[in-house]
Amino acid sequence: MALPCSRACRKYLLHLAQENIEFRLPEIKSLLALNGGQFTPEENFNEKSPFWVLNIPSEEIAQGIMKRTVCAKSLFELWGQGRTQEDLQASLNSYPMENMVPYLKPDSTYKVNVYTFNKTVTHLDRIKRIDALEFLPFQGKVNLKNPENVFCLLEDYGSDPNSIPDEPVHIYFGRWIADGQRELIRSYSVKKRHFIGNTSMDAGLSFIMANHCKVKANDLVFDPFVGTGSLLVACSHFGSYVCGTDIDYNTIHGIGKASRKDQKWRGPDENIRANLRQYGAEKSYIDVLVSDASKTIWRPRELFDAIITDPPYGIRESTRKTGSQKEIIKPAEECGENHVPVSMAYHLSDIFTDLLNFAAKHLVMGGRLVYWLPVYRPEYSEDIIPKHPCLKLISNCEQTLSSHTARRLITMEKLKEFEEKDELAHLTDSKLSPYQGHNSFREKYFSGVTKKIAKEEANNTKNKD
Amino acid sequence: MKLLTHNMLTSHVKGVTCGYPLLIQATEVKLNDVDFNAEFVARMIPKMEWSALVGAADSLGHLNDLPKDLVSDYENNEDFLRKVHHILLEVEVLEGTLKCPESGEFPVSKGVPNMLLNEDRVLRHPKTWIGLGCVSVCVVM
Repeated sequence: MALPCSRACRKYLLHLAQENIEFRLPEIKSLLALNGGQFTPEENFNEKSPFWVLNIPSEEIAQGIMKRTVCAKSLFELWGQGRTQEDLQASLNSYPMENMVPYLKPDSTYKVNVYTFNKTVTHLDRIKRIDALEFLPFQGKVNLKNPENVFCLLEDYGSDPNSIPDEPVHIYFGRWIADGQRELIRSYSVKKRHFIGNTSMDAGLSFIMANHCKVKANDLVFDPFVGTGSLLVACSHFGSYVCGTDIDYNTIHGIGKASRKDQKWRGPDENIRANLRQYGAEKSYIDVLVSDASKTIWRPRELFDAIITDPPYGIRESTRKTGSQKEIIKPAEECGENHVPVSMAYHLSDIFTDLLNFAAKHLVMGGRLVYWLPVYRPEYSEDIIPKHPCLKLISNCEQTLSSHTARRLITMEKLKEFEEKDELAHLTDSKLSPYQGHNSFREKYFSGVTKKIAKEEANNTKNKD
Repeated sequence: MKLLTHNMLTSHVKGVTCGYPLLIQATEVKLNDVDFNAEFVARMIPKMEWSALVGAADSLGHLNDLPKDLVSDYENNEDFLRKVHHILLEVEVLEGTLKCPESGEFPVSKGVPNMLLNEDRVLRHPKTWIGLGCVSVCVVM
């Protein structure tokens, strides 16, 4: 169906990368919302396909999305599509001529690209496909190096690499609008970053998180488990001002053992500020503090436009909060300047209760919280996602870590002012009891490993006997 | 520590009823050049406690001619926004102490405030550790 399309409802073809598949739709929806658009797909929309046809109100909004996305590769103004060559031709013929003409003028230059998904096509076949588009009223000159307009024929050969059909299952033709920001994954790679830690988030996921979080220029963004600041680096790239806290004095001050394998100790100036400086975003640096995420150090009011974090689950880093030494042993009589407070285990369920309460209190209205939740896959159900009366769940995407463990990227939006009664919500809601299960996540996560060690030890003793 | 951060910080020593604003005792203050961004400054002003900002700037000797009262219609007053920008983002406490008005203090070193409590400070307010369930305990470092 190719209804004559007015300027207001143009169809666009989004070409997406086939990785982090679950994270793509929430990213594109967030970026549409950020740019004042709405997600309006075609009837037979398939989330897993590398090609999405979307209705986007204006090219400006479309450009805005492409300035941010790391999930999508390119965007095209869709001129025609079909299951066969004939369908495509019919569809192109019904595309309004007045929408085409501005890009086909005699004094313009252009080129046509051919892209095939799940099949390699020879150069000769590509030329044939371009020749078959002759019926379009191209009047400009071909310029392969520096054309004013780029058109693309995209052929989809399905998603099964073991049974590639002879003919494409779907063909699209459109005018290229913009590429996405996938280049950032390389240019912000942690391999080349000045200051990293054992748990630094990879660049691609950091940008996806920043997009799910809808951070934008001049926002104030906070990370309560900041570590080496990977998430803040991504947010600062989009113009947000950033701050964070971490309980680990050594990480914040960039001292102690290095995380790189060929480097023993951290060098001078290994800190979050230097990371931002590396990418030309030092002006976005507000502050990082040594602090305990379970303690209230912030004025009780709405301060942050977004909260983005990767809380410790105790797998690759320990979960700690400060406590009183009195609880275990008598405190030392004298506490010198270099005194180090005692830290105690921080229950996973408490981490998430504290985090949600914190977000409810300190986010501005409409602000987003984005964080990772570890799950034990055999026991996962949507009920275990922590809830809060002030926060609405926006998206929940799984990244599998092993056959039985995963982490989920949770995005929530503040929709209601925080009141004192909301603080205790988790205690009264009986549905949240599975939430306590997070405490045993570590045991379950390591259960496979523990069994293996026990088995090996048993074998060793046998051998000795 | 920038004064923007200071303005949002409060003491979390238990039993303290008025832990705001923290008093700054600075031994080293640095002035940095930060690109001026009128929109960001205008967005931060409503989040700031104005009197605390004026007090902090004054205690560091950098009040200059910042008005004691917040001017109205500041969004379009570039001259004023530049002054606020300087105070919020360019004056940085590198070394010193943040003192809770009632009890306790937090050191600032290399520009980073350490907001962790020493338990001896907690001990002055014995109520706080009642009811804290303790499971496993490890000492940092």
